[in-house]
Amino acid sequence: MASEHATVLVVAEHRGGKLSAATAEAIAAAQQLAAPWQAAVHAVLLEGAAESGLAAQLARYQLAGVLAARHPALAEYTPEAYTQALQEIVSRRQPRAVLFAHSYQTRDFAPRLATRMARALFGDLTALRVEDGRLTVSRPMFQGRLAADLVVPGEAPAFLSVQIGAFRADRAALAAAPAPIAAEMVAPAAPAAAPEAPFQEAKQAVDLTQAAIIVSAGRGIKEAKNLDLIRALADALGGEVAASRPICDSGWLPMDRQVGSSGQTVAPKLYLAVGISGAIQHLVGMKSSRAIVAINKDREAPIFEIADYGVVGDLFEVVPALIEAVKAAKAGG
Amino acid sequence: MRILVCVKQVPAKDAPIKVAGDGAWIREDVAYETNEPDAYALEEALRQREAHGGEVVALTVGPARAAQVLREALAKGADRAIHVAGDDAHRLDSYAAAEAIARAIAGEKFDLIFTGLQSEDYGYGQTGVVLAELLGIAHATIIMQVQPAAGGVRVKRELENGYFQYLNLPLPAVLTIQSGINKLRYATLMGIKQAKSKPLATVALADLGVSPSLNRQSVAKLYVPVKTKKTELLEGPAKEVAAQLAARLKNDLRVI
Ligand SMILES: Cc1cc2nc3c(=O)[nH]c(=O)nc-3n(C[C@H](O)[C@H](O)[C@H](O)COP(=O)(O)OP(=O)(O)OC[C@H]3O[C@@H](n4cnc5c(N)ncnc54)[C@H](O)[C@@H]3O)c2cc1C
Repeated sequence: MASEHATVLVVAEHRGGKLSAATAEAIAAAQQLAAPWQAAVHAVLLEGAAESGLAAQLARYQLAGVLAARHPALAEYTPEAYTQALQEIVSRRQPRAVLFAHSYQTRDFAPRLATRMARALFGDLTALRVEDGRLTVSRPMFQGRLAADLVVPGEAPAFLSVQIGAFRADRAALAAAPAPIAAEMVAPAAPAAAPEAPFQEAKQAVDLTQAAIIVSAGRGIKEAKNLDLIRALADALGGEVAASRPICDSGWLPMDRQVGSSGQTVAPKLYLAVGISGAIQHLVGMKSSRAIVAINKDREAPIFEIADYGVVGDLFEVVPALIEAVKAAKAGG
Repeated sequence: MRILVCVKQVPAKDAPIKVAGDGAWIREDVAYETNEPDAYALEEALRQREAHGGEVVALTVGPARAAQVLREALAKGADRAIHVAGDDAHRLDSYAAAEAIARAIAGEKFDLIFTGLQSEDYGYGQTGVVLAELLGIAHATIIMQVQPAAGGVRVKRELENGYFQYLNLPLPAVLTIQSGINKLRYATLMGIKQAKSKPLATVALADLGVSPSLNRQSVAKLYVPVKTKKTELLEGPAKEVAAQLAARLKNDLRVI
């Protein structure tokens, strides 16, 4: 291995003074990738001029070092400043690979950074494998109905972003002694206009995170009025009603009932997905549920990948029958 | 405002997706439709024009069959369309597709370029962002609202976990549009009729110097994902599976 390339950078993400949960997942992926290359993993932190303590949090992981790039133009995330700062760092450090968590922020700027450096961003990755010195990565395609293997060209650096939840945060190795923190000089131009502060649309009227049972409706229910069926099943089970994005987009349910990457993340005792295909943006919001039951007429639907019990059938037949069966089971004591 | 909308033709949501022996997907015998977020991008462009005037141009990169999504865009109200055509268009990655778009619109001036935030087939979610880089203009992604503002546009960007953020962008800019930003319209009979006389220009990918050889990432193999979780599948008459499931909920999961 060319030693000058034996570095892997992993870009940390933070908001409101906290590292994102996915940052630890990206670190775990970086550590896994670096092992066969015997590469040194450095975490990269971009932040405003003031020291925030985030670098020290990163230094808890088993890393060759933390590169802290501080500049007033990086106080708020903008794609321009992040692209420029990382281009500087990557050009200087010549890493073999640069890893990100495949977050909305990474989706926003990493393709731009990769293009500027005449590379592609290999995104939404679920697996990284080094075989015969070649890096092969896997990602979903066709909304998770198929998966694809892609061979990453050997020319460094490779830009890789790993799907949220694909690597386990608790697998990120911690250091016995804190990793060294070094200041990294960058000079990004100030963005044309600073973004405004993040906000939530409305006060959350329901807290789905507290629900023990959730019955969730997807586009398979076809019409707003058919939600009555979902409500009746939720009532029979004593659970809350939730939905996939298209249901909330259509205004059939308020957005605080949406489960998924843009909505709520839930982990009830039972999550019953009715007419939901199982796109990754939905799965990240519910895959930690204790038990998952899916009702779908398509036996190839990705939701069955993560379900404990799956009913292959027409929800308009299965749900009414299930309501009766649940009532009977309850009455049966 | 002059707005370019990039739309892609993708397999219909319920079309079965099958893989051939050589690890490519089978494109014959599949029903196609406009990529959903792209339909919202078109709708947003039409609404912007209706509110503030200007022109809406729809563009697709795709084989001959993809002209259908342009005819639909024209029927819904786009003023004209550009078909960047090539039989191997399905093999382009987002970088090569963005190159094709950038080259096809060289010499034109747009204030805004809309794309859907990702396609429902390959799902790279990068074409719009890469296009902005190639054109050297600003961009913002996962957009849920667009308003004209002094010197540019004010947009609402979707963040994770139910959060949003407003930001201002100078023009020209690329915006990748999220599904649900608006309510889609249907094409009217009148619109379908008028579409026939609207300009639809065709440019060959090859004439733009674009082919899959520009790709920076290419798929080595497509396959049906390997199951990692043990799922108990219940199949049969509704009444029977319902009773079986209720028994599991009661005895195994203990939620009833
Ligand atoms: C940036 C981004 C953020 C997103 N955020 C979210 C999010 O927070 N939450 C979210 O859910 N999605 C989100 N999405 C959208 C996500 O990618 C999917 O498009 C969405 O989850 C699909 O919803 P669905 O499963 O209800 O619909 P579809 O994918 O259309 O699936 C409908 C399912 O119903 C089944 N069906 C149809 N009729 C019947 C019947 N009669 N009986 C039984 N089954 C039937 C079909 O087989 C199909 O599997 C996001 C996407 C992006 C790009």
